[in-house]
Amino acid sequence: MINDESTFWFHACLAADVPHNGGVCVKRGEEQIALFYFARTDSWYATQNLCPHRRQMALSRGMTGSAGISEEPKVACPFHKKTFSLHTGKCLSGEDYRIRVYPVKVEAGNVYIGSRPVQGAVPAGSECHSACPGQVMEDF
Amino acid sequence: MVGYKFCEKMVAKAPKGSCHITVLAEERRPAYDRVHLTSYINGISAEALTMAPISWYESQNIDLHLGDAAVNIDRQAKTIRTESGAQWSYDILVMATGSAAMVPPIHGVEKKGVFVYRTIDDLDKIIDYASGVKKVAVLGGGLLGLEAAKAMVDIGIEKTYVIEFAPKLMPRQLDDTGGAVLRSKLTALGLKVHTRKHTYQVLGEEKVTGIQFVDESELSVEMLVISTGINARDELASAAGLTTGPRGGIVVNDSMVTADSSIYAIGECAVHEGIVYGLVAPGYDMAEVATTHIIANYLDGERKQRSFTGFDMSTKLKLIGVDVASFGDPFLTADKAQHLIYEDKVHGIYKRLNISLDGKYLLGGVMVGEASKYNNLLQYYKNNMLLPEALDTLVFPEQSSDKQPAGAGLDALPDGALICSCEGVTKRDICQAVNQGYETADAVKKCTKAGTGCGGCMPIVKDLVTMTLKNNGKEVRSEICEHFPYSRQQLYDLIKLERLSSFEQVLKTHGSGDGCEVCKPVISSLVASILNEMILSKNKDTAQDSNDRFLANIQKGGSYSVVPRIPGGEITPDKLLVIATVAKKYNLYTKITGGQRIDMFGAHLSELPLIWKELIDAGFESGHAYGKSLRTVKSCVGSTWCRFGLHDSVSFAIRIENRYKGLRTPHKIKSAVSGCIRECAEAQSKDFGIIATEKGWNLYVCGNGGSKPQHALLLAQDLDSDTCIRYIDRFLMYYIKTADPLTRTATWLNKLEGGIDYLRKVVVEDSLGKAAEWEAEMQAVLDQYACEWKVAVEDPAIRKRFAHFVNAPEQNDPTIAFVPLREQKRVAEW
Repeated sequence: MINDESTFWFHACLAADVPHNGGVCVKRGEEQIALFYFARTDSWYATQNLCPHRRQMALSRGMTGSAGISEEPKVACPFHKKTFSLHTGKCLSGEDYRIRVYPVKVEAGNVYIGSRPVQGAVPAGSECHSACPGQVMEDF
Repeated sequence: MVGYKFCEKMVAKAPKGSCHITVLAEERRPAYDRVHLTSYINGISAEALTMAPISWYESQNIDLHLGDAAVNIDRQAKTIRTESGAQWSYDILVMATGSAAMVPPIHGVEKKGVFVYRTIDDLDKIIDYASGVKKVAVLGGGLLGLEAAKAMVDIGIEKTYVIEFAPKLMPRQLDDTGGAVLRSKLTALGLKVHTRKHTYQVLGEEKVTGIQFVDESELSVEMLVISTGINARDELASAAGLTTGPRGGIVVNDSMVTADSSIYAIGECAVHEGIVYGLVAPGYDMAEVATTHIIANYLDGERKQRSFTGFDMSTKLKLIGVDVASFGDPFLTADKAQHLIYEDKVHGIYKRLNISLDGKYLLGGVMVGEASKYNNLLQYYKNNMLLPEALDTLVFPEQSSDKQPAGAGLDALPDGALICSCEGVTKRDICQAVNQGYETADAVKKCTKAGTGCGGCMPIVKDLVTMTLKNNGKEVRSEICEHFPYSRQQLYDLIKLERLSSFEQVLKTHGSGDGCEVCKPVISSLVASILNEMILSKNKDTAQDSNDRFLANIQKGGSYSVVPRIPGGEITPDKLLVIATVAKKYNLYTKITGGQRIDMFGAHLSELPLIWKELIDAGFESGHAYGKSLRTVKSCVGSTWCRFGLHDSVSFAIRIENRYKGLRTPHKIKSAVSGCIRECAEAQSKDFGIIATEKGWNLYVCGNGGSKPQHALLLAQDLDSDTCIRYIDRFLMYYIKTADPLTRTATWLNKLEGGIDYLRKVVVEDSLGKAAEWEAEMQAVLDQYACEWKVAVEDPAIRKRFAHFVNAPEQNDPTIAFVPLREQKRVAEW
């Protein structure tokens, strides 16, 4: 995790405000950031809140989980269940999307999100969002 | 269809860039599925019938010219001229001009109201003309004629007459008895059948008013549809000097080459060894042969040998609800074959198998009224397989009680056995695909194309996949995901036995990793089904499915919708006013749902507790529109108002909805109660539905197939209200305990060995001896019911979670935007 002097740490919320094994949405200026807490491994992750697939502000409300033997932490968008790695931001559902991932630190019960995205993730403007048929939403 | 299939095969098999394809078509539409033309009437759009969209041709670099018929071929110059005057040159020309409806020489066929039945345009014209028409005659009692008659029934014509020249229906496929059985079945279904009728002329001044037969009898009808057969479209070929057959058709050799070595003919326009094939499977085979020949001889591609050697004309079809099948030679007389005949006049079933004189091989046969063994029999016939000792197994449908395991008998099939005749896929192809890792029927379908034509072979394909997996020692996978090596049913038992009460506990004791979006909702749902505790209690909320987590349905843009429960669809004016007031106050879009309630859209996350507080104060409860749980119990108005109603369907619907509200199930479930046989509540399209009878209630189950609709089946008859509810208890418990994740009731029943008969034994006859236990379990779960929204709005800790920003709870998501629509609003598109 990046933690050099040039990183500015934004105070997001209290650790107690974040549910176990799920996410909340943090407002940082005009930006929306999804913040996740994994209780089993006591790990924190932050990503952009926008799901690049259908451009919905939704990732913070997604279900978290892990993928594979390496137990890669991931989140599934609540809209069409596209999943993204919380380490790299890569889409794990076989598409070319990528989301920004930010460093997180916790001090004295306060959660801070780093200003610079973790290397390897691309900015929000450049994701490809081809017209994917997606799944039909369940309704009533 | 055959022309399209040729393109598809060329694109797939020709060396890249070795050829360029131009398609010239007379019709305005790209190739479409004529086999399923009648489904067009039942609302399947022309687009859905299209073999491939125009964009497919573009993506394959094929030039497609629609609505411009070719009118001339210059074989010396190798050019083609079209109606519009355009000229095209070719190296190789493939004619797939198909056929036209054959119109017999009858006086007056030019009159208004006389139609042929062949294309979507024909159908459009028929549908246009048919409004107000009550009596229609269909000329032709063969395969095509009966298809057309079915179309007339589907359009809603009151009286449809089928006129056949021969002494029986389907004279080419059925023997005399078979024809007679089919006739009596169709008559019972409301069709009027006249055989041995030679039509002489169409009556009427300008429009059809009737038809007259050679025997001078008359029949008054307002419309006449001619469907007596096909004529190969060979006029273009014969004008160009190509050889055609004495009864039409472009003469081709075994490689589909015509008299001109640069010109091929495939499909219904071709005549091979004197036969014009009017079915799609031989047409596809011809496309394959032509492709192989062109690639080998002109394109420096793979040098494969493939020739057309005639084709088996076996068919199985469902005509207006009656199964009819014919294969091999159905007419063999007693000197050439022994006959195995089964006739059941009670149910209208007739079967005849022609067996070789030594009793060893199957040579052909006919089946009317029941044809479930067709695929098996066809394999015996086609592969010249030795018949089993007990011949009665060939005739009787499989009994559900002694059903053989999937795949039985398939082992005996030779590897080369053709399974999918539309695409020419053999048993070997399918088994190889499974061995290469395509381990589901769907994957095999994509990989081999088996089942993509008429789809009739899919049951065998599925059985072959299961058999091959078993032979390889592989279990057919049923684990819910990578985190739990258990099926949903096993997890249900574990959770119940070990009294586990949260996803975290189940993960800790039986799973690995952090779980995922598959196992979390499944296990949360199981815990809720068993305990029925508040799903949002601390740290349980994040293991719920996304909609359950916020007790609302997330909609496009990120806003939510609100659906209060309106049991049985009954609501007072005062409560309507409450909904109206709340919707106005929070500026919500309102819509009546299909389940007789009202949906309010466009609420911000933070507004949900406020809205629900007002609704609950006015006496509403959660409608669970967000859950895999009981949604609605729809009702007709019943005997309290309706002059036909037998019982009070509304009161019963309210009782049922209030009983099962909050119950979490493998998939969402819906119900309905109809007060009489007119079925205004559409109970037969629900997971469980109830219809009043003179003596009580009929209970129907498993009528929800989701994307594949399926009618509910009768489980029990003439029940009193309490017994009906006990049966529903048992049915739902059995479903909850045994269904796979996200399996609807219809799919669950389809997978249940023994089907509805077995289900009836379990539920009605209590064959498992579990009824009392299940009823007690159900009662215990239902006793735990509390309105989730009431608990949520009264608990400050839960209420706090309904904020978009954790660090700015007073602000809504600024990216949610609405635009006006018909005096309301809708989500703005991004």
